[in-house]
Amino acid sequence: MSVQLLLSLISGICISGVAGYLGTLMLSRKMSVVAGPLAHLTLPGAALAIILGWSLFVGVFPFVLFGVILIWFLERQTKLPMENLAAIIFAFGVGSAFLILPIDKAEEALIGNINIISLKETLIVVAISILVFYLTRQIYSKVMLLNIHEELARVEGTNVSLYNFLYLLNIGLIVSLGVYLVGGLITAALIAIPAAIGRNLSFNLKSYQIWSVVSGIVATIIGIFLNHFSRLPTGPLIIIIGVLLFVLSILIKSFKNK
Amino acid sequence: MDMILTVENLTISLDKEEILKNISFTLNQGEVLTILGPNGAGKSVLLRALLGLIPYQGKIIWDKKYRISYLPQGLNQLLFKGLPLTVEDFFRLKQKNLTREEIIKSLKVVGLREDVLNKLIGNLSGGEFQRILIAWVLIGDPEILFLDEPTTGIDIGGGKTIYTLLKQIQKERNLTIILVTHDLDIVYDFTDKVMCLAHKTHTCFGPPNDVISPNKLEEVFGGKIKFYEH
Repeated sequence: MSVQLLLSLISGICISGVAGYLGTLMLSRKMSVVAGPLAHLTLPGAALAIILGWSLFVGVFPFVLFGVILIWFLERQTKLPMENLAAIIFAFGVGSAFLILPIDKAEEALIGNINIISLKETLIVVAISILVFYLTRQIYSKVMLLNIHEELARVEGTNVSLYNFLYLLNIGLIVSLGVYLVGGLITAALIAIPAAIGRNLSFNLKSYQIWSVVSGIVATIIGIFLNHFSRLPTGPLIIIIGVLLFVLSILIKSFKNK
Repeated sequence: MDMILTVENLTISLDKEEILKNISFTLNQGEVLTILGPNGAGKSVLLRALLGLIPYQGKIIWDKKYRISYLPQGLNQLLFKGLPLTVEDFFRLKQKNLTREEIIKSLKVVGLREDVLNKLIGNLSGGEFQRILIAWVLIGDPEILFLDEPTTGIDIGGGKTIYTLLKQIQKERNLTIILVTHDLDIVYDFTDKVMCLAHKTHTCFGPPNDVISPNKLEEVFGGKIKFYEH
């Protein structure tokens, strides 16, 4: 196995595993609509990074952090529905990206290229993945309760504003890393698809988390190996395999329910 | 009995609309206060203000910091439909380090057996779900319970059972309970004090036998109420 393939696998497993875990918190509509727009905010950052020759994460994260703060602040201040805010952020991300993104270099920003990830970038991915996993674990119960009933969570001593921010920050970090693996267009799918598979196959919270993490990692490993042999782009392969696993999970669920 | 809560001239406005005006009352430790009133009278709003969840004018004075627990309105089973959350998982959301034994113990208090632990919350019967909620709010040994329509969605018999259970637990633990309900039937058996909310303020406050009459109920609910004095 080449060193490059190993670096791709390590990064891919870290990103997809943590994205799958974080995705299990997206139980309510409010929570699930924010990942997509934040992911599209990676596009202008990725464009900048490509033009200036920076690591993708360095270009992407400031834009996503801006989006995290904007959504968090606007939700507190304006009481506008999250869907409206999400549409604004989405439009800003895509619009600004195509103003500055050189079309001939767009592919890496749009669908990612884990096959050229460097050792330094792999180390960044591993460190941030561990941080996001740790943070998600810390906020998990409270955010889950928030998903179910916000006032109940508040009476139970949850600082709703802080936990919402930490949750958004985690999504921001993981979609920023997801750009390496699947690009800005589809990085939100890394969070959403495994959780949907987990939901179909689980019988309690633990199994939900495990199925979600495992299915994210399995789709990524298969995607990276398929790319290795077929030269089809890794990002779309991972997402397509994820969707196929999702369909399989529906079949298993309906078979179990018979 | 020790007085634990004093409310003075409480006025609450939401989105510039005045919901409640000049509410004043006191509550003693170990008492059950039931807040009665028609839809939109501000019962839940009053409860949320007492919990510190919404802004208000006037004074809400607790004599010390209490361990409180809250069963909000709208915490219904629909919120759990399709969620991979078992009864055991749900209890762990309240306290991460809760042992299985502690959960089983609290289930027994509400008359449920260990075998519900692995059931998904969304798949419980209505009665089981309400009992789970009562057991859930009792975790952490609260001193004051805030219950907002705790029997919504279950039949009359089931509701009575829940109140009988609550009364028993309340006596055993000397709990103070502030309850919002539409259910007039439970007032006499369950409550020490009643507050009737109507027209933005309270139109009655005191022991149910002293303050509740057919005329009073007609005034509060704005129509003919079928009523049997106890």
